[in-house]
Amino acid sequence: MKNKKGNKNENEDASIKIGPKLLELLSKLGEIELEDVEIDAGELEIWIPALSTVIPPPAVAPTVTKAIPEKPTEILRAEFKPLVQTYPGRITEVKLGAKRSEGGSRSRTLTIGGETSPAFYLFEEVPPNPPVVSVDVFDTEISLPRALRTYVQDVIGDPAAWAKIAVDKFEADAVTVHLLSTDPLIKNSSPTDAAKTIERVLQAVDVPIIVGGCGDPKKDAEVFRKVAEVSEGERVMLSSLTLDMAEAKILGNVAQAAKKHGHVVLAFTSMELNRAKELNRRLYEFLPRESIVMDLTTAALGYGLEYSFSIYERARLAAIMGDLELQHPTLSGSTNAWAAREAWMKMGPEWEPRELRGPMWETVTALALLLAGVDVFMMMHPAAIRTIKEVIKNLTSLGKAKSEDIADWVSIRL
Amino acid sequence: MTEREIKKGIRELSPLDIYKLLPKITPPCGECGEKNCMAFATKVINREVAIEECSPLLKEKYKGDYEKLKKLLAPAVKEVTIGAGDNSIKIGGKLVMYRHEFTYHNPTPIAIDVTDEMPENEVMERVKMVEGFKYNYIGRTLNLDMIAIRSTSNDPVKFKSTVKKVAETTRLPLILCSLNPDAMEVALGSVYERRPLIYAATKDNWRKMAELALAYNCPLTLFAPNDLSLLRSLANTLIKYGVKDLMFDPGTFCEDGLSETINNFTMIRRNACKGGDTLLGFPILGVPITVWLEKDVPKELLQWREAYIASMLMSRYCDILIMHSTEGWVLLPNTIWRFNLYTDPSKPVSVEAGLKIFGKPDENSPVMFTTNYALTYFTVESDIKSSGVDCYLIVVDTGGISVESSVAGRILTAETAADALKKSGVEEKVKHRYLIIPGLAARLSGEMEETTGWHILVGPRDSSGIPAFLKDNWPPKEEG
Repeated sequence: MKNKKGNKNENEDASIKIGPKLLELLSKLGEIELEDVEIDAGELEIWIPALSTVIPPPAVAPTVTKAIPEKPTEILRAEFKPLVQTYPGRITEVKLGAKRSEGGSRSRTLTIGGETSPAFYLFEEVPPNPPVVSVDVFDTEISLPRALRTYVQDVIGDPAAWAKIAVDKFEADAVTVHLLSTDPLIKNSSPTDAAKTIERVLQAVDVPIIVGGCGDPKKDAEVFRKVAEVSEGERVMLSSLTLDMAEAKILGNVAQAAKKHGHVVLAFTSMELNRAKELNRRLYEFLPRESIVMDLTTAALGYGLEYSFSIYERARLAAIMGDLELQHPTLSGSTNAWAAREAWMKMGPEWEPRELRGPMWETVTALALLLAGVDVFMMMHPAAIRTIKEVIKNLTSLGKAKSEDIADWVSIRL
Repeated sequence: MTEREIKKGIRELSPLDIYKLLPKITPPCGECGEKNCMAFATKVINREVAIEECSPLLKEKYKGDYEKLKKLLAPAVKEVTIGAGDNSIKIGGKLVMYRHEFTYHNPTPIAIDVTDEMPENEVMERVKMVEGFKYNYIGRTLNLDMIAIRSTSNDPVKFKSTVKKVAETTRLPLILCSLNPDAMEVALGSVYERRPLIYAATKDNWRKMAELALAYNCPLTLFAPNDLSLLRSLANTLIKYGVKDLMFDPGTFCEDGLSETINNFTMIRRNACKGGDTLLGFPILGVPITVWLEKDVPKELLQWREAYIASMLMSRYCDILIMHSTEGWVLLPNTIWRFNLYTDPSKPVSVEAGLKIFGKPDENSPVMFTTNYALTYFTVESDIKSSGVDCYLIVVDTGGISVESSVAGRILTAETAADALKKSGVEEKVKHRYLIIPGLAARLSGEMEETTGWHILVGPRDSSGIPAFLKDNWPPKEEG
């Protein structure tokens, strides 16, 4: 008891100089320690640093600072050396589109993949092929949020004209034509009609084309085979081939058609790397590795984007660490961001204007996945497209930061 | 510990590593609430409990083991506290580099700036805005966190007066921003009990700032724009000086210097997490407010830039952010992305399928369905709960895929939905035969009427429309 009391008195004295926090700390210590162990003030001091990581350290009174032996009088150099790793794996390069000399009719082609390090680790490697943007175009009337519709109002229903705007105005690196009208539950357009649409788009623009299906595995398989045939040699990307096709025993047909006519396929799985690997293994039976790109599923910001982020990041890391079945470039359908209600809904004045909120949703969704390692982005809003292209440019070159530009940000009047 | 001895990463650490160092009293004392030391060790590894919950361990007898455990479990990035008491915020404390490795700790606080030259009403308005920011996201409230007070006047008296005023107005933690030690000293003198973050020590003012950090026991930011050797040297120096709670600002360059920004953040975090470099094991401060340094650019464009730069910095290891924009459309995506990034990565994407009951539904209550994708389910759940509707909700197992995707991928079909309806047993609970399906599954309605024999009502495309939909359509009008 005597001891307990003695300590308490000390605490009170200390509190005058060093504030209530130490007192709190000591009283806590008292509860734990003083029940059955007798300690003196000397031991108490030794104990403080150990506990101080749990509780914010006490304010230091002048008498205590004196105890620190020598304060440095000049900067003690400790040079920085980045931790640089080398990786056994490399993402396969995939070429989209083909020029005349290569059997197609594109005047621009794209090469994606080829990375040997995590995304934008420029201290290890400058990305050999910067990521690209493919702009979404639909072959039929579709309900779009107003913020998106405004820009394409005049060309809805005319995929060729829409594609032209995408390239000329939005600076698309590629165009994705979604053949929604082929959906048996929508218009059920024939594979021949779909193929005509693709031919028209190929004539309207000179960039590589991605061909999007309607999601019905059987119908998509028919449509893709027809499209593959009429766009012989153009190296379009068929979006997408799935394990459902494998289950329906039609995956081989489509993959063979892609190979025969010189195209690329997009292997789609929903946020499961083991399924992605399984689908790739099935595709290897028919296609060279250089013809496969992976879509691991993009969920909108607020609706599972973090799952997509981690899946794409894991895929890239596993690939460069040597997982052969994941060494493919990846694609994100970032337009999915518009599935989030926050992207399009009227929400009250403090969250407006939604004309900015919507494209910001798409931008943030795409940028998260850019940093995770995605190579191709399917996008729609011109502001989001412009932003991601600018960011890609800014992220692929070093040596532009000028410290004097920001050295005085604290005192700048805005 | 030398730099060469890289300690075990959090994922390599096994419960046995912890168990070995616990008191292992026989029979188990159970003071931690666990059955035995092994069970406790497992919880410690999963960061569900702190080792201090083991009260015997805190006895003098086990001091050596306790110290070892502390070292073993110390995060790669130091945890620094800003603010005092109930209003404090923990920064950093990161155990891993990548999100998929282990749950990120301490979500990135967002601070909004005010200056000592702003008119007082503007300062107050901005503080009120920060305090009042609220967004309800799947049942959780998203908030802003701190106020950063900048001295643009460089006048100690003005700075102190603004700092005091802000401190009197709000209990939110503060960041004091001035590179002038005299201004900092005066301002700190009036609010040091609030334990604000000092911004910042540079190669020029570090000695004076270090003295202030020591004298007032406040965390200190080191600012070395685009110079990681200087940053590391400053850390080395200040640690020897006795300052323990440090924060790094390696500079936020937003335009063509963005690659340096992202690379600097990444290199710091990698050296700390994967290289065991303790000199770099401190939280990183991101300053997207620097977009505002560019002149002659429309305000909306700067807000736009600030919004997406902030989101990128959060994805790339930023532990605290200072921003200028107060627009909801700028801050909302960032508060949501922060919430998402800091969730448990091992949490499944799907929820359990089956029948969920909301409120006290009776035999006349509505029956709806959705998929078992976690985010879809939580959104629908939150909308139903906030509307106070009594109803049944059938959660169909789509393997954790959303309504739109599972319809497109033929996972959600008339058959699977009908099957789920049957299994749910809701047929015995209601006497009507009306099923409300998601608007995004509208195309299934015809087929579903056939397979189920129920009347299908196509509900809203977004579950936020449920209350309005029910008001107009429930109870259903008799077939005429």
